[in-house]
Amino acid sequence: MIYLQLFLSFLQIGAFSFGGGYAAMPLIQHQVVELHGWLSMNQFTDLVTISQMTPGPIAINAATFVGTQIAGVPGALAATAGCVLPSCIIAAILANLYIRYRNLKVMQGILGSLRPAVVSMIAAAGLSILISAFWVSGAFSLAASNIRIRSVIYFATALLLLRKTKLNPIWVMLLCGVAEVLFTLVAT
Amino acid sequence: MPKKKEILLKLFTSTFYLSMFTFGGGYVIVSLMKKKFVDELHWIDEQEMLDMVAIAQSSPGPIAVNGAIVVGYKLCGALGALSAVIGAVLPPFLILSAISGIYTLVKDNQIVSAMLLGMQSGVGAVIASVTYDMAASEMKEKNILSVLIMVGAFLANWVWKVNVVLIILICAGIGVIRTLIGERRERNV
Repeated sequence: MIYLQLFLSFLQIGAFSFGGGYAAMPLIQHQVVELHGWLSMNQFTDLVTISQMTPGPIAINAATFVGTQIAGVPGALAATAGCVLPSCIIAAILANLYIRYRNLKVMQGILGSLRPAVVSMIAAAGLSILISAFWVSGAFSLAASNIRIRSVIYFATALLLLRKTKLNPIWVMLLCGVAEVLFTLVAT
Repeated sequence: MPKKKEILLKLFTSTFYLSMFTFGGGYVIVSLMKKKFVDELHWIDEQEMLDMVAIAQSSPGPIAVNGAIVVGYKLCGALGALSAVIGAVLPPFLILSAISGIYTLVKDNQIVSAMLLGMQSGVGAVIASVTYDMAASEMKEKNILSVLIMVGAFLANWVWKVNVVLIILICAGIGVIRTLIGERRERNV
């Protein structure tokens, strides 16, 4: 049965992708392209592009996309449910342990060491987004001609707005997008 | 704290709204959640938020989904986790099923890509701002080991591309050792 197959495939993707979006990509490709042939490699590449353009985690986007293509909205529901189920169980168990034992000395020590590491990882994620925004090639380079000055200006303005006004971060993000759209329309 | 029903509803609407704007990867929702639940609603404090990100990192699956589950569970138990996760999953679900048929049109649209390119700078700024706040509150403790962990984890993650789960395990190990040494010292004093 296709619904069960979709559910089980995405259950595996959900259960074994530790560490966020890019870690899930090869797993999704394996299940969806190589094992079941639900998508061609071209379609998979499209899926990755679409996932980057739309909000939400790539694994959820993939589940919905594949599910809809193969078995309509019920298929999408089965795949998404499979994808989210392991997270629900494991994250809830860890949250429960956290709430129960957070005051233990050892837990305090562990959490105290994890917090600075988490800050670094968030910083690293932000940095990679900025690099792909600032450099035309999408990678860090010293050649000044490669830098999109506009993006740097959006960033500086956005940061200023975020720090100095109470403007909602979502509006700040959207403003940057609209600015680039206007620029593209005027330039072409 | 408001009533349970109100929290559940607020959890659902917040994660739904935040998830609709998580362009650019899981940490965006973490940044937005911090603004919403820590700065705006004061339902959790900043340290707890960092702890929850660590938990989200250690569980399999997308960080945005795990983050929603952990925050939901902390605020309202299993029901809270459920309403938060449904809120977080619905926007990508609806959007992808809607454009699944016409995705080639969307993919090659110039306006859409310009919007996304511009938003990258904004997303970067949102994450930079939240990271600054979090790093500043970590630095306030003036703990050298914490600073070393921060630098070390950054190098491991960014320069050496070490798996995130491994970084978490090593830092947890450092935490255990740190506690044991601290206790021994206390006993000797």
